[in-house]
Amino acid sequence: MTEYNFAYLDEQTKRMIRRAILKGLAIPGYQVPFASREMPMPYGWGTGGVQISAATLTPEDTFKVIDQGADDTTNAVSIRKFFEHTANVATTTKTAEATVIQTRHRIPEDPLTDEQILVYQVPIPEPLRFLEPRETETRKMHALEDYGLMHVKLYEDISRHGHIATAYAYPVRIEERYVMDPSPTPKFDNPKMEMAAIQLFGAGREQRIYALPPYTKVVSLDFEDHPFDPSKAPHPCALCNAEDAYLDEVITDDEGARMFVCSDTDYCEARREAGHVGKDAI
Amino acid sequence: MYVAVKGGERAIENAHTWLAEERRGDTDVAELQPAQIREQLTLAVHRVMAEGSLYDPDLAALAIKQARGDMIEAIFLIRAYRTTLPRFGGTHPVDTGAMHCERRISATFKDLPGGQVLGPTFDYTHRLIDFKLAADGDVPTAQTGEPQNEKTPHVTEFLNREGLIEEALTEDNTPPDLTREPLEFPASRALRLQALTRADEGFTLGMAYSTQRGYARSHAFVGELRIGVVQVEMDIPELGFAIEIAELTLTECETVNQFKGSKTEPPQFTRGYGLVFGQSERKSISMALVDRALRWEDLGEDDVGAPAQDVEFVLSHGDNIQATGFLEHIKLPHYVDFQSELELVRKLRREAGATDGQEAAE
Repeated sequence: MTEYNFAYLDEQTKRMIRRAILKGLAIPGYQVPFASREMPMPYGWGTGGVQISAATLTPEDTFKVIDQGADDTTNAVSIRKFFEHTANVATTTKTAEATVIQTRHRIPEDPLTDEQILVYQVPIPEPLRFLEPRETETRKMHALEDYGLMHVKLYEDISRHGHIATAYAYPVRIEERYVMDPSPTPKFDNPKMEMAAIQLFGAGREQRIYALPPYTKVVSLDFEDHPFDPSKAPHPCALCNAEDAYLDEVITDDEGARMFVCSDTDYCEARREAGHVGKDAI
Repeated sequence: MYVAVKGGERAIENAHTWLAEERRGDTDVAELQPAQIREQLTLAVHRVMAEGSLYDPDLAALAIKQARGDMIEAIFLIRAYRTTLPRFGGTHPVDTGAMHCERRISATFKDLPGGQVLGPTFDYTHRLIDFKLAADGDVPTAQTGEPQNEKTPHVTEFLNREGLIEEALTEDNTPPDLTREPLEFPASRALRLQALTRADEGFTLGMAYSTQRGYARSHAFVGELRIGVVQVEMDIPELGFAIEIAELTLTECETVNQFKGSKTEPPQFTRGYGLVFGQSERKSISMALVDRALRWEDLGEDDVGAPAQDVEFVLSHGDNIQATGFLEHIKLPHYVDFQSELELVRKLRREAGATDGQEAAE
């Protein structure tokens, strides 16, 4: 067999996924079970996101894939190539030009528009999983809005460390109803989740889809006396001098010298093209 | 000087070319043909079919070749292919009573109708490396006998006749299919059995072994183990009757387990069931033991907290394609999440007054 359907999945499967997406959009933050398919890439490598992208893409779309904010990381390259082959869609690395963006672990720095869809790859969709390993229990907890355990966990962090010791996959509450896992994005990205674009979350191995319609209220869990802090490394980007972008730390020699550069490579390149110069720019 | 990393695409291409070269190995050695794998590594082919949930020996052999002998990788190839296949319909349940048995043994009765048939087994071979195999391929011809054409009755039927073993529940409902519906709990026995027959052999073996060592022990006897060929029949709507569309080699294991009784019911043996594509005794016996352990609730037994009793635990972790994918994904880049933790730990250490050598050097 050499010929596959547009975007790999057959139409019935896509319809099943679209139904789950629509249900997810209707109940923001609720994890909709779906009959996730085996994909030709491993579970845990973005199969949930890939299935959502497959069910979302149309031939007119322009597709962008980022992993850790970068278009050129190996898995992003692999997923982009997969859709170039199976859907023959246009691809781009420019955030503004993309209509569908599949991401792992980051939200682009540039604000998205209502013409765009952001597809997240999610490893563990259940924000309560590490507090309660049983799916039967966590579903009950969501149904009863029983989130006490999560607040206790955050409180224990504060009493032990002085801070909430969650730096990524920081739990959010959606429209004052469901507690949701934003996927392992750094908490720096949490405030961006109230956005104009549709956000779709796919967990292939765990067989869950959830979604946020545009401008859905997303609140990072915190306490009045310990407000949420979307911190990042306290440096400007060494290449483009951005003060407002999330930074990766890069070790530059075996003496342990390092520099901080934008994790969103498209954002960084666009800034450099526009003439911004960081302290280590060539 | 750091320049933003580029070249992922070329790196991937080069890596794949190198992989292809490694797969082939030394070109002075003849290339392995899938037919050789199918005929001479048959049990590997069977495992790939069983856990790949697709009965196609040629495809499984090719997958093993492509995967360089990595069984889980081969199973993955089969699974990913299987998911693209259209489904034409359902067959009739196969009749394992009518199986043409190559092997059929019972550990509970010395002799029984249909007889004890050892068949092509490793049992009782002395595990001594046979250096002759490296030199020549001559095989002695095995003796042949008259085939038995009558049905081979199931051992548990004999016990059932006396009411000594629980009735096997028959269900006419179409069983659920976890490849088409998301796995949700509680899971029916049919669904559990489907998950177990696809589950990783090693995982299932470990779970089964744990029950033998006392974590939800149910003291299993192999009532019967049979391996052989069954016919697959399917109704063809255009014809209006069923025709045979395929023959499959299956391994079926029925265990006879420790009995229980209550005020209303006298003691009875209970059952565990295993059925696996191909010849796989280890897997089918393991499956039967785990099936039995998972039935504690139906049988009114206590939850002793054993891993093999925990449906959610067993079913959520037995699939090696899910497990290996998630396990191996941690080698993907995680700079972003790691960076956020790095910042947090530095901050916590700073506040705790710890001296951070790195920070001090700046």
